[in-house]
Amino acid sequence: MAHASHTSTNTVTNALVITAPGINCDLELCRAFEEAGAKVETAHLQRLIREPSIVDRYRLIGLPGGFSFGDDIAAGRVMAQLIRQSLYPALAAAIERGVPMITPCNGFQIAVQSGLLPGPSAGAGWPDEPAAPSVALTQNSAARFNDVWTRFEIPENTRCVWTRGLQAAPGTDLLPCAHGEGRFVTDEDTLAQLEANGQIAIRYATSDNFNGSMKAIAGICDASGLVFGLMPHPERYTRWTQHPTWTRLDASQRQGDTPGLRMFRAAVAHAIGAPVA
Amino acid sequence: MPATATPPRSAVRVHRIEVRPRRGQADPRGAAVLRQIESLGLERRPKRIDHAAVYLLEGDLSHDEVARVAEELLADCVTQAAEIHVSEAAARSKVAPGVAVIEVHPLAGVTDPAAESVQLAILAMLGKTVAVRTGDRYDLHGVDGKIAKAIAERLLANTVIQAIHDAPYFPSAFPQGRPYTLAIREVPIRGLSDAELERMSREAHLFLSIEEMRAIQAEYKRLGREPREIELETLAQTWSEHCVHKTLKSTIRYRELSGAPGGTGWSLGKTVSGRPHHEVQSDGTIVIRNLLKATVAAATHELMADGIDWCLSVFVDNAGVIAFDGDWAVCFKCETHNHPSAIEPYGGSATGIGGCIRDVMGTGLSAKPIAATDVFCVAYPDIEELPAGCLHPRRVLSQVVSGVRDYGNRMGIPTINGTVWFDNNYVGNPLVYCGCVGLMPKHLIRGTVSKGDRIIALGGRTGRDGIHGATFSSAELTDTHADEFSHAVQIGNAITEKKALDCILAARDYPGGPLFHAITDCGAGGFSSAVGEMGSSIGAEVELDCAPLKYDGLSPVEVWISEAQERMVLAVPAEKVELLGRLCAEHGVEWCDLGVFGTASEELVLCWHGTEVGRLDTHFLHDGNPMPTRDAVWDPTFTAGQRFQPRKPQFAAGGRFGLSDRTPDLAKALEALLEHPNITSKAWIVRQYDHEVQGMSVVKPLVGPNAGPGDAAVLQPVPTSPKGLAIGNGLATGLSADPYLMVLAAIDECVRNLVCVGSDPTRIAILDNFCWPSCKDPRNLGSLVRAAEACYDGAKAYRTPFISGKDSLNNQFVTDGGVTIQIPPTLLISGFGIVPEAERSVTMDAKRAGNLLVLVGETHGRMGGSHYQLITGQTGPQSSGELPVTDLSKGPAIARAVHAAIRAGVVASAHDLSEGGLLVAAAEMAFAGGIGLDLEPMKAADEDVSLTAKCFSEEPSRYLLEVAPTDRERIAQLLKGIPHAIVGTFVARPSMAIKVGSDVTEIPLERLRERWSGMSW
Repeated sequence: MAHASHTSTNTVTNALVITAPGINCDLELCRAFEEAGAKVETAHLQRLIREPSIVDRYRLIGLPGGFSFGDDIAAGRVMAQLIRQSLYPALAAAIERGVPMITPCNGFQIAVQSGLLPGPSAGAGWPDEPAAPSVALTQNSAARFNDVWTRFEIPENTRCVWTRGLQAAPGTDLLPCAHGEGRFVTDEDTLAQLEANGQIAIRYATSDNFNGSMKAIAGICDASGLVFGLMPHPERYTRWTQHPTWTRLDASQRQGDTPGLRMFRAAVAHAIGAPVA
Repeated sequence: MPATATPPRSAVRVHRIEVRPRRGQADPRGAAVLRQIESLGLERRPKRIDHAAVYLLEGDLSHDEVARVAEELLADCVTQAAEIHVSEAAARSKVAPGVAVIEVHPLAGVTDPAAESVQLAILAMLGKTVAVRTGDRYDLHGVDGKIAKAIAERLLANTVIQAIHDAPYFPSAFPQGRPYTLAIREVPIRGLSDAELERMSREAHLFLSIEEMRAIQAEYKRLGREPREIELETLAQTWSEHCVHKTLKSTIRYRELSGAPGGTGWSLGKTVSGRPHHEVQSDGTIVIRNLLKATVAAATHELMADGIDWCLSVFVDNAGVIAFDGDWAVCFKCETHNHPSAIEPYGGSATGIGGCIRDVMGTGLSAKPIAATDVFCVAYPDIEELPAGCLHPRRVLSQVVSGVRDYGNRMGIPTINGTVWFDNNYVGNPLVYCGCVGLMPKHLIRGTVSKGDRIIALGGRTGRDGIHGATFSSAELTDTHADEFSHAVQIGNAITEKKALDCILAARDYPGGPLFHAITDCGAGGFSSAVGEMGSSIGAEVELDCAPLKYDGLSPVEVWISEAQERMVLAVPAEKVELLGRLCAEHGVEWCDLGVFGTASEELVLCWHGTEVGRLDTHFLHDGNPMPTRDAVWDPTFTAGQRFQPRKPQFAAGGRFGLSDRTPDLAKALEALLEHPNITSKAWIVRQYDHEVQGMSVVKPLVGPNAGPGDAAVLQPVPTSPKGLAIGNGLATGLSADPYLMVLAAIDECVRNLVCVGSDPTRIAILDNFCWPSCKDPRNLGSLVRAAEACYDGAKAYRTPFISGKDSLNNQFVTDGGVTIQIPPTLLISGFGIVPEAERSVTMDAKRAGNLLVLVGETHGRMGGSHYQLITGQTGPQSSGELPVTDLSKGPAIARAVHAAIRAGVVASAHDLSEGGLLVAAAEMAFAGGIGLDLEPMKAADEDVSLTAKCFSEEPSRYLLEVAPTDRERIAQLLKGIPHAIVGTFVARPSMAIKVGSDVTEIPLERLRERWSGMSW
């Protein structure tokens, strides 16, 4: 259970999971990385702020979900401010080094407010100062927290190293969501750019767009495809017994890895530099 | 925002910022309030509502700095706009014509978690500490100020903790605490008469009995001095019903009146032989010494003596602990938070779940909370007359749900099981049960305080909130309680508790061993209980001035008894205090050293800046409470909790009961039952909870492609173990006319629920939570005795040990007209059980057309307390029918047989046959799985039972199993000796057909599901 912070051995599959007050999906994110073959260490935000160079040791980064700082003001707002003030350069440098980063749920809300997503346009470097937010994850249209599994679709043109080419059998192409502020909003220009650049990483099936997101967008990536932010929780769908109706899936449907685990495997494979199996 | 070289100092110290959606952006908060207003059915209602978040900052900030905070921190630049007000006049000038403004702000001293986060972010951003307060502004279009105010009072604010303003609120300065000057107050008690002692007990909110007041008087006469206020308060907290369970532990003289119209006439007198601590007197009364020990705990200890070796810690710690596997233990605690929830449902339920989570954190050397449960008992949402001083049940329910949601979700603890029971007798005194399950290494299940250990408090600061919560819970609610006890109500801050949890687990798992010897939570009674209990045998010296305060001005008494949330007390060896301090700093957790455990005289010594303010003998404190003998009488004709505004039945008008035995009427009754609030879908609650956080869920609360009602939840808490942990409950309030039968039915239901998902019935542990009307009335105490005896009989028969429990024994409400509304005696059984292989868990949704539906168990036709009676107007066991009886030899045997069938792999789905009866349970399986069903109720094996009873009886120990036709012989083999029958076949057609002879009625699954999911909030 414990992901004790043992001494880093700097293997190619070292993953860093960032914790902070109110972050509470670190356990499942650690497990997902481990199940995908990575070695995981957690570090508290306070420690990283004191010593940002810790980030340099890792080949994968996860910013988990939760209610960082109570999600007071708005979801992820306070944590994003702290990252903008301190940790942003270390995280931007990691992405430039080619480190895949996943930011589910609260992580996604933090990433879009701390300049990590959608990131600079293709070819441009990461700016020294975090960019102002250009997309937002705001209150669900029903103004209520909702825990529900939704069907997903992966855009064909996506650059996202976590989702590119992912296909799932009907009945298994689901992801769990649990949030009150996940409605994706942006302006028309940004939307057009994201779509054209292949930065839409994942969408809800149209009928399952329960939070009212623009163009049913569930997740986006940066121009390099490394940074993946999404409202659903792929880390909670790495074993078949987590599927909401697994007791009725037949053996053929439950073969191989779950779609959630496959996202993590793809990223670990990318971090190693090997082609995805 | 360009920075100027010398920023202009702003003229005002308080700054006001409003954040609202940008033009063209949706306003979901405003729209949601509008929807809620529509449900109130007001004649004049607003056309539109705009919501804005309001932030008040007090500090030395320049205009540019305020602008930066507004634009970069408080508003989202994509969707929101911020507006800065420099003066009250400026703020008020912006109100549009035809608009009524309502602002809601927390009262001074009420916890404002958002303000704390904003303060932290501003410090990081500007390097400046400012004071922050937050509020909400609503612009109501098209109504006048009077209507707006009425809406605010009903929907937007609770004046117990919030102030309502009818214009933008702009204080010139924030209220400040005043410094406190020490005054040690002696309370003369030695010369008081009985009448004066009683008056003092009531007026000082001590809520002690005359015997207890006399014992205190005698003690101080012996000491030759008067008590100091802090000593009296400590005694009142420690001796409160909440902390010491004095009713359940006292000696009871019980007698039974004859005549039992509703029940079986079960008699303690006839079954008393062999019951521990029971003595029959010559006049036939039965004397029971320590009811709890004689019943609930006795069963556990007898079971442990009889081979149950997996109970690791029972009744002694903050939660009961059982073995999970070779390395891990799991613990479970369930609490109620009824009186605070009656006055302020949101804060009451949030602090209820928060307190229960802390109990788990304070068990052994701390367990990690892995699941939460919640059960609510409220009045029907369509109640016709609401007594003065009661909140509407709709508001109570929606806010207790919000409270559990906001606390549980923020803590990252999945709320995975619960139920709601409606009865109008809960109108003034709703019940809010919160449970928490924890996981811990098996070798860390015990802590022991050593002399010399430092008293370390960590977590939240101490404030004036929650003073007298423990004694308040012993009082009776009246229509003026909201005013009188507002200080007992609190608002929680889940993130403070989450930080404390992370820090405590890090200290527990510290390389080289835990950094503390013992831990407990600050619950009812605050430090006085926590430190008092930990130092109960060795004493403690406490420096009360060392506690960090929320604001100035608290007296030592207030610090000592404050029940401010999110505080834990640890016994830390002196040499490890520094290491713990470092961990606290890393996690941003405040802590303090309050003194030392162990004094030479084994006394409790309380100091304030070096001056002794109180001194108590720990033996008198913990053992001096007189346990008087109480009279209890079982009067079967006494109808506590059955009298207030019975709900109108759907079918009372026509026919004998409005319905006949013909199939079209069966279908009508089925649809009405699916719509009944007790039975209908609770998805609107379940989905507001993150029931999957921590990623352990195997069986979720809603199951099947159409999200049917799961019987219990299953978690896989230890990744390296294939075992699962099932969590469920049983509640049979419908049978409250005879609590003996009610409790047996609840235990059986809890077992059924757990067995249905795959739990091994020989590895189930249960918890008791009694909520009773005033037990000062011997008739209520008599019914409590019967319930406790049922706990003993039930636990022993099912071999399900009780491991923890709690009681709340003064649940009634006195209206302004002087009418006492008593709740029905209510006992919640919570349970958890081991699932040998999580991957073989079973869900209740029908899986495949062609499979058979097998009814296991017996139906005798005892319809008393059923929902069929409720919808047809036979409202109570007094009016007709007999209450169902749990067969204590067959019930456990059936559970074992069903489990054997599940382990054998022949059960495709399993469902507890309970509320509503056979038709409801079968319909739920069908629509949850989207598989049709041909149901033939008459095929049930029972003879001499009416069709109506076969369809709608809610008798215990019955299950529905789905079995493939190819397994027909195997299931018959597995259920050999157990009554069972094939009562239906699942079909490809999307409908349910009820067949009785040639009479057939068909209802589309979609229609059934719609009926079931109809309730909206």
